Amino acid sequence: MNIHEYQAKELLERFGVATTRGKVASTPEEAEAIARQIGDVDLVVKAQVHAGGRGKGTFTNGFKGGVHVVKSPKEVREVASKMLGQTLVTHQTGPQGRVVNKVLVAESADIAREIYFAILLDRQSAAPLIVASTEGGVEIEAVAEKSPEKIMREHVDPLAGLQPYQTRKLAKQLGFSPNESKAATKLFDGLYRTFIGLDCSMVEVNPLVVTTKGEVLALDAKFNFDDNALFRHPEVAAMRDTAEEDPREVEASKHGLNYIGLDGNIACLVNGAGLAMATMDIIKFYGGEPANFLDVGGGATEEQVTEAFKILIADKKVKAILVNIFGGIMKCDIIAQGIINAAKTVKLSVPLVVRLEGTNVEKGKQLLKEGGVALITADDLGDAAQKAVKAAKERST
Amino acid sequence: MSVLVDKNTRLVVQGITGSAGGFHARQCMEYGTNVVAGVTPGKGGQMFGGKVPVFDTVWEAKQKTDCNVSMIFVPAAAAADSILEAVDADVDLVVCITEGIPVMDMMRVKEQMRGKKSRLIGPNCPGIITPGACKIGIMPGYIHKEGNVGVISRSGTLTYEAVWQLTSRGYGQSTCIGIGGDPINGMSHLDAVKIFNEDRHTEALILIGEIGGSAEEEAAAWIKDNYKKPVAAFIAGMTAPPGRRMGHAGAIVSGGKGTAAGKIEALKAAGIAVAETPATMADTLIAQMKGKR
Repeated sequence: MNIHEYQAKELLERFGVATTRGKVASTPEEAEAIARQIGDVDLVVKAQVHAGGRGKGTFTNGFKGGVHVVKSPKEVREVASKMLGQTLVTHQTGPQGRVVNKVLVAESADIAREIYFAILLDRQSAAPLIVASTEGGVEIEAVAEKSPEKIMREHVDPLAGLQPYQTRKLAKQLGFSPNESKAATKLFDGLYRTFIGLDCSMVEVNPLVVTTKGEVLALDAKFNFDDNALFRHPEVAAMRDTAEEDPREVEASKHGLNYIGLDGNIACLVNGAGLAMATMDIIKFYGGEPANFLDVGGGATEEQVTEAFKILIADKKVKAILVNIFGGIMKCDIIAQGIINAAKTVKLSVPLVVRLEGTNVEKGKQLLKEGGVALITADDLGDAAQKAVKAAKERST
Repeated sequence: MSVLVDKNTRLVVQGITGSAGGFHARQCMEYGTNVVAGVTPGKGGQMFGGKVPVFDTVWEAKQKTDCNVSMIFVPAAAAADSILEAVDADVDLVVCITEGIPVMDMMRVKEQMRGKKSRLIGPNCPGIITPGACKIGIMPGYIHKEGNVGVISRSGTLTYEAVWQLTSRGYGQSTCIGIGGDPINGMSHLDAVKIFNEDRHTEALILIGEIGGSAEEEAAAWIKDNYKKPVAAFIAGMTAPPGRRMGHAGAIVSGGKGTAAGKIEALKAAGIAVAETPATMADTLIAQMKGKR
């Protein structure tokens, strides 16, 4: 799940992390009012969409740039009116762009120095790991590659938490002056509490800035949340903006299905994430392109399977469907019944290849036979993949 | 002929009165697993299936039945606590089937388990099975066959795929361990390889991995220097788009590390035969076994 910049700012403020003064607006009037509250300083207006590359983006109305630095509340209003309700196209949105429904109005920080600071859950050590660098505001991966000595790493004990000496050490390593050090350590501590308090798998601040006035601020933060822990954080779960997501994925998540849309033409319905990935791999191996990743999970019901099938069929790019089920907890007859139900409600217009194995396989095959659904059966995974690739190719020509 | 679990295993099922826990406890018993106790707080004193006593705590179950392995079917929000409860009762092995446990909970569990006697398999895993002797988990029993191939896997259904391929070709399994796909879990690929290395009856290994993390690379490095028997492997996620999370929290590709290509390269460098597709996992191992003889 991704959140907007203004939401990230709200979360940081909740944990006492210093950010620039600012608020989100839905109308030009609101934007102007916020600007007046902030006072007589340079201001920045930022279009709120999940995609990156906003600054260099263009609105479909011709207005250039999703990020503008302006001098007055009146200008804030003008810029906001050109952004709100308009579609912004950046290199990450695709040509269709994203509609901007909100803008963030904030004080424009006068930056003296930029720092990179992230906290993530490190798999290898099974502990939080702070990764920081004096080279902020740039592609941090390039820094890590060219000059690894500029990347600081600090492991945190999972039970004891971040210790004061560690924040002091980091402040020293990152070159904070004695005057700035207190603000820096307070910010690091706040970020760590945010990371733990919200069950994040990553919080990345890029850049963390020192202003010309000597303030230490988190200018922009990217959050990765642990989906498994969202039940503990309903306020974070409520920040989800489905308008920013692939509509196929939104529909799938309504039915508790794990679906990721891709660009190919062979749809797959599989149980288990590993087998689902492996099924995509074997489609590609035989010269096809998967249209999606779909794991119906272990305990899916007939209804969920039916809904999953509807999502696959609704994708206009799809030229063939491959069902690959190895029943463990998932019973093959449930899958079969789901397919039959879906075929009754939606017209099946592309070839369907089915490979069933595992729990209740005979019952499942029997149901499909009697259910009157036109399908191609396959004996094993290799056979199924080859048949699906062949069917999709025949359809495409 | 096996590792970790066998005919002598005395199993306690945590969450035995729940629908999934009950269903799979019964399936395990039908397979021949010796289920000696169940635990559900507040349900102590009941009998499960007319013959398995249910206790309020694992501590009590251990005292009364001397159970030595636990299988956990407790809902995700409480599962981490259940793992620690089993560890506190000093069982040898904890097999946690539950999926969806918050990763911070597992981080704390892992830290608290340091220095303890209990080993952990999972969470978010199919479990462990020694064919013909003991099934602890949710895998379909009938696809397995007694034999000498060890199977280690991060993915449930992909394990079944490998096992079925082996069985269909007449190759049985010594023990199959599903270590689970979460980013922080108990036993790693390497831990499992070391355990199989101690078992002289296990003649070959299939190692199934996924994109994300570096567990497969670590196992490969150790195998290169220490494990002399034939090993075949498969890595799922060759075509997964980078930076996307795919179901298993483990399947995260980040910063160029943990890619399928990188893992395959590390495995091959260790002399491990890597299956080109998931349909040829058993054939790849069999070819390797014939080559090494």
